Amino acid sequence: MAKDPDSFADQFISALPHARALGLRVVQVEAGIAEIEMPYDSRFIGDPQTGVIAGGAVSALMDTCGGAAVMSHPKNGGGTATIDLRIDYMRSATPGQTIRARAEAYHVTRSVAFVRATATDDDTDNPVATATGAFTVEGKV
Amino acid sequence: MARQRPEPVQVVKTRRDGVLAALTGSIPYAQFLGVTFERRGDELTAVLNYSDDLIGNPLLPAIHGGVTAAFLEIAATVSLTWATIWDDVESGAIDATSLPRLPKTIDFTIDYLRSGLPRDAYARARITRSGRRYASVQVEAWQDNRARPFAQGLGHFVMPRKPEASGV
Repeated sequence: MAKDPDSFADQFISALPHARALGLRVVQVEAGIAEIEMPYDSRFIGDPQTGVIAGGAVSALMDTCGGAAVMSHPKNGGGTATIDLRIDYMRSATPGQTIRARAEAYHVTRSVAFVRATATDDDTDNPVATATGAFTVEGKV
Repeated sequence: MARQRPEPVQVVKTRRDGVLAALTGSIPYAQFLGVTFERRGDELTAVLNYSDDLIGNPLLPAIHGGVTAAFLEIAATVSLTWATIWDDVESGAIDATSLPRLPKTIDFTIDYLRSGLPRDAYARARITRSGRRYASVQVEAWQDNRARPFAQGLGHFVMPRKPEASGV
């Protein structure tokens, strides 16, 4: 199934109410790889003393990005759901900076997609967080 | 020696609820998601108050997996802090104006057991280890039936440094 990357990206965000609420922007979604940005927003702060974004907001970005990667994989027939997700928080994201996640469905079977993801801010050499997860794969119609 | 008279119920409630409100009110992201806390004695229940903005898959519809993850993590972080400060809240050493920093999440793992329905969700955390530097927390979220959780989480945290004891 061929998926036009641009229209898929636009549809993906507009179809997910919570992705809209987080202000997510799709950079790229193609063939099992997704890149999604979350611009800094003071409503997402977890620690008011530092202005650092909540870990949960980074989790939501990682989960969305992982799901997008799976949905765009040629072996997946449609939607997906997260089975499990583990997130390692390496450091605090720098307040004021956009967080960008990149997820890759690196192995896809008939029923499960294995995904890894990395989130960075402007300092792209030092990841803010990494994630690994398993997602469901839907059969092709 | 005569037993000390217990404090009036309103004094106890005002003290505990005041600190809890300050703790949860200090997290903008918890307010963004609509997460509140209910208290029975020292036991906390986190409540994810439903809104349409929490939906991930509008076809089912189901709560966004990222919302579930964030909800569990907020429940774990607040419950861990609450358990850590309880004795100091009771003694008066900590009040709403002198809360410690929040623990930092090292890692967090979420199992999605069934899809989150478009309605309120609840979560309770269990502190399985609470050390001076590190803590482990298990957390479980349910909707209609307490015995049928829709998600569970396991997190590790770095505890905030305690301020130096006064006079040292």
